[in-house]
Amino acid sequence: MSFIRLEPRGQASKTMVYVTPLLAVALTLLSGFILFLAMGFDPLKALYSFFVAPVTSVRGIGELVVKATPLVLCAVGLAIGFRANVWNIGAEGQLTLGAITGGGLALAFYGEGGWWLLPMMVIGGAVGGAVWAAVPAFLRLRFNASEILTSLMLNYVALLLLNYLVHGPFRDPDGFAFPESRLFEAEATLPILWAGTRVHFGALLALLAVAGGWLLIARTFIGFQIKVIGLTPAAAGYAGFDQKRIVWLTLLLSGALAGIAGMGEVAGPIGQITASISPGYGYTAIIVAFLGRLHPVGILLAALLMALSFIGGEAAQIAMGLPKAITGVFQGMLLFFLLASDVLIRYRVRFGARRAAA
Amino acid sequence: MSDLALIGPILAAMFAAATPLLFAALGELVVEKSGVLNLGVEGMMLVGAVCGFAVTVQTGSPVTGFLVAAFAGAATASLFAVLTLFLLANQVATGLALTLFGVGLSALIGQGFVGIPLEGLPKLHIPGLTDLPVVGQALFGQDIMVYLAVAAVPLVHLFLYRSRAGLVLRAVGENHTAAHALGYKVLRIRFFAVLFGGAMAGLGGAFLSMDYTPMWAENMTSGRGWIALALVVFATWKPVRAMLGAWLFGGVTILQLHVQGLGIDVPSQLLSMLPYLATVLVLVLISRDVARIRLNAPACLGKLFHPDA
Repeated sequence: MSFIRLEPRGQASKTMVYVTPLLAVALTLLSGFILFLAMGFDPLKALYSFFVAPVTSVRGIGELVVKATPLVLCAVGLAIGFRANVWNIGAEGQLTLGAITGGGLALAFYGEGGWWLLPMMVIGGAVGGAVWAAVPAFLRLRFNASEILTSLMLNYVALLLLNYLVHGPFRDPDGFAFPESRLFEAEATLPILWAGTRVHFGALLALLAVAGGWLLIARTFIGFQIKVIGLTPAAAGYAGFDQKRIVWLTLLLSGALAGIAGMGEVAGPIGQITASISPGYGYTAIIVAFLGRLHPVGILLAALLMALSFIGGEAAQIAMGLPKAITGVFQGMLLFFLLASDVLIRYRVRFGARRAAA
Repeated sequence: MSDLALIGPILAAMFAAATPLLFAALGELVVEKSGVLNLGVEGMMLVGAVCGFAVTVQTGSPVTGFLVAAFAGAATASLFAVLTLFLLANQVATGLALTLFGVGLSALIGQGFVGIPLEGLPKLHIPGLTDLPVVGQALFGQDIMVYLAVAAVPLVHLFLYRSRAGLVLRAVGENHTAAHALGYKVLRIRFFAVLFGGAMAGLGGAFLSMDYTPMWAENMTSGRGWIALALVVFATWKPVRAMLGAWLFGGVTILQLHVQGLGIDVPSQLLSMLPYLATVLVLVLISRDVARIRLNAPACLGKLFHPDA
């Protein structure tokens, strides 16, 4: 009938799982080329200043790692949830809460810190993020409320809470009424791992999350349960898997990781609590999770790419006067192309009229 | 006495604040009735908001602005439709992508339009009626878009429950396999439903930027698209209830603005949380009745359909 049609593959194509992300990146670059052309910029020069120039220096590569750190932390947690059909899209809020609780500890113990303060802040950030994620978990399990909508609503609440705190209780007493906290002391600042850059201890935590996430999914019974629940909920039911426990676990885990990411931002590159901690890491992490195929190692690579889109946006803004918003356009396009080309994993494209059923 | 004098303007502002939510929620309601869950409402509203605003600034004609906004919303929605309907992409992921993309795209388009003031639409004035105490301004002193949104409620209801096309659309949403077997074009029907949802979201966004505020700012919908999604659940997929829900949220939004005026000392940021917390609350209240949700939710909501599979 129709000239082009999709024919289901007997088995999902393993090759396409790896090919489609590359295809999506290529299509995004191509669209970027056209977009820059349409906006009246030299497309090659714009793409160069966006995607290549920022990483031609040691400092630039360091910035790439700095931006990838919160993305990895958030996305590893989100991906574990997505695998179990738990749609936590509240990483932005959980990150913010982690910054508030983790950073709050730095302010609470201002002037009396010691070696114990940083570990306590990491735990504090994790607890803050986990508590924020516990709300949608509880509401879904107890009241059947969609965690998509509740976790998203809490993003706005968390940002307003942060805004209130930096204008009120957290405000620097000597700061001339600027909505910022004091600068954290050395005891409350994450150590720099790579001299000459801003790469901080959080990068190690992110790598730890990648390893831990992989172990959990690939090597434990809980990981097996998560995968079964995601693929065939009915089978998980027959097997007697405790689905409620998995919802709790995945949300608390992703919340805790996002919380650590938020703590890492205020105790790392920012060095204080301000009204804007994240340029949307929690939302971008959703793209990172999908682009990385919900696999921790894939997420690591995808996070570096998305980090590049953040610093590329900043660099292109400075070098060519390109609007910063273009970062969001690139990120959205990339996810679109990825989702579109994913059809090739499960279907074959066939041309010509339909033949008799095989 | 002064408190009583406040009620009129508050009531009027409530209906205006409810209008963008009502447009977006009605559109999404039809989309979901056809069995598609489009989480990209926020993105479509933003694209509609910026396109409507830009065109109105340049042409000076709000009518053109609203038309372009509806078209821009539908065009954005068509991306979602092609991906989920013809390329069988996951609806949740694609909806999220649409919102992220819409936020970026609208910011890009709106770059040169930040800070430009716009006049807004003229308000209705019927001598006598508009001057009525308390309710006059609220009922007879709004602009045309507020009335259009309310008029869309019975229209959508009649379409869904009293027309053949609406019956087919609901059938597709309840059981796409059976509808397909009966010869209905499942994908085509869903495609147009998604476009309608996009156009309505675009109108809702344009109402914000061209009339309610009226100005353009990045991310100016601040979660209204998501609240509209929650409203559809709250309304148990019924247009009239969606209107009541929109008024309720309009009320909460306005209340938050007036509480401080009434001399209650609460930090403004905490008051601004109210609409979001209220959304969570109503979602919880309505969703806890699992049987009721199951009875009213379209049975094929969010499920992919492939004619050959």
